[in-house]
Amino acid sequence: MFEWLGISQQALFGQLLVGLINGAFYATLSLGLAVIFGLLNIVNFAHGAQYMMGAFVAWMGLNYLGIDYWWSLILAPLAVGLVGILLELTLLRRLYKLDHLYGLLLTFGLALIIEGGFRQAYGISGERYDIPEALNGAFNLGFMFLPKYRGWVVAASLIVCLLTWLVIERTKLGAYLRAGTENPKLLQAFGVNVPVMVTLTYGLGAALAAFGGVLAAPIFQVNAVMGSNILIIVFAVVVIGGLGSIIGSIVTGIALGLIEGLTKVFYPEGSSVVIFVIMAIVLIVRPAGLFGKEK
Amino acid sequence: MNAATEYLRVAGLHAYYGESHILHGIDFEVRRGELVSLLGRNGAGRTTTLKAIMGLTDRRTGSIMINGTEAIHLPAHRVARLRVGYCPEERGIFSSLSAEENLLLPPVVGSGGMSLDEIYEMFPNLATRRRSQGTRLSGGEQQMLALARVLRTGARLLLLDEITEGLAPVIVQTLGRAIAKLKSRDLTIVMVEQNFRFVESLADRHYVIEQGQVVETVAADELQAKAGLLERYLSV
Ligand SMILES: Nc1ncnc2c1ncn2[C@@H]1O[C@H](COP(=O)(O)OP(=O)(O)OP(=O)(O)O)[C@@H](O)[C@H]1O
Ligand SMILES: [Mg+2]
Repeated sequence: MFEWLGISQQALFGQLLVGLINGAFYATLSLGLAVIFGLLNIVNFAHGAQYMMGAFVAWMGLNYLGIDYWWSLILAPLAVGLVGILLELTLLRRLYKLDHLYGLLLTFGLALIIEGGFRQAYGISGERYDIPEALNGAFNLGFMFLPKYRGWVVAASLIVCLLTWLVIERTKLGAYLRAGTENPKLLQAFGVNVPVMVTLTYGLGAALAAFGGVLAAPIFQVNAVMGSNILIIVFAVVVIGGLGSIIGSIVTGIALGLIEGLTKVFYPEGSSVVIFVIMAIVLIVRPAGLFGKEK
Repeated sequence: MNAATEYLRVAGLHAYYGESHILHGIDFEVRRGELVSLLGRNGAGRTTTLKAIMGLTDRRTGSIMINGTEAIHLPAHRVARLRVGYCPEERGIFSSLSAEENLLLPPVVGSGGMSLDEIYEMFPNLATRRRSQGTRLSGGEQQMLALARVLRTGARLLLLDEITEGLAPVIVQTLGRAIAKLKSRDLTIVMVEQNFRFVESLADRHYVIEQGQVVETVAADELQAKAGLLERYLSV
């Protein structure tokens, strides 16, 4: 079909799939960042470390305790979510009255400490995490082979993103979250225990990042810096989509993953910068981001 | 005052925003089923008094007894759970919620609140606009929404801040009827008002606030006698 461009169909769909997978991770991570920023007013630089911890908890579970992939998919987010809750209760809580910058600096420092700890313990060469048996092999889609695990990753992240979006937009709990994002004091004056809600939301955001980390473990190497590598791109995604918009983070994350994949096909040299170029253009044309509200 | 019927007693209330000391010892009482108004010039501290009762200012000292419970140290959500409903001066309609989501937002804090049907009967406009974004409603509709929002929850003490501000006379009348109905349901109400005509016929008592203190108390039956005095306190 694209042979006239010197591009094989296999290469095109292969890169689109890689793009879709990356996009699914971008969406999952930027969604968590958006939810946390909305309610806590904190740019959570520890998000990458929480993603990495998800992957490591899964790896440690498998290698030290014999906990399999499917259990890790539940237990690792729970564990990382609990750590997030502790961080919120002991540290983040003290910063809400201060400028955004303090939360950013604190979480950045935490990320460095956590990553440093894992690097110290496990080095940076990376650990292997095998694809669970049930997802070995590939589907033949006719025009390409789709490795089962990659199909699962895309499906699982999209489902989690859409569920999160549905809960926020369509349920009572989501109404609390939206109201708390707009005016937490008034929501509290109506009898909602906003401090507890804030704690749980941070835990949930951290758990979402860890879920992404477990999904990523069999695809990428499990290592201490896997989080900071992806987080830089995720921040660009968030800037492009506009902080605070839930559906915006999901759509932008996936779209940018795909654009990155396409760039790899048509102009490989540009693939590592294309997202940042788009970010620069968006910042000039629409500083609040594609889905953000201008203030 | 009979302690059994006393519903709200504010005594020696001081409140601060950061370093600014705004309330300097506010005292007043409201009995069950009474409606009192807080009058005063701009910046006198009336909004701050309601916020301090709700726990929305910074530091507070003194005493706030709500139906026998000391609330001075309670966080805002615990004050609300003492069956207090708060209607803020800026109305506080959430733009990310539809009108009906706004209406259903505050958790129920006690039994005996109005049903959705009763509320829509009292404010038919809200029924027709239930699906609209909260902040797309007109000013009057938003005010009705802000009031209706706390009627559903079973709150027995209402703190209402300038609910008639900037509204057309016909809407003010609707609100007046609603307030009279609430009073007949034995709710206890504290209203901050700029519009003296509006509270004149509704209130059992008026407190004049100046520079963070109550400087004058006027019962409904003293209005004639103290009209000149009130005029002087409230004239700009
Ligand atoms: N968040 C705040 N921080 C610092 N000072 C404040 C704050 N809010 C109000 N004030 C000050 O507190 C004083 C009392 O304000 P308050 O809002 O209680 O007045 P008010 O009697 O409700 O008058 P009005 O609503 O007509 O302006 C004013 O001098 C105001 O400038
Ligand atoms: Mg005021």
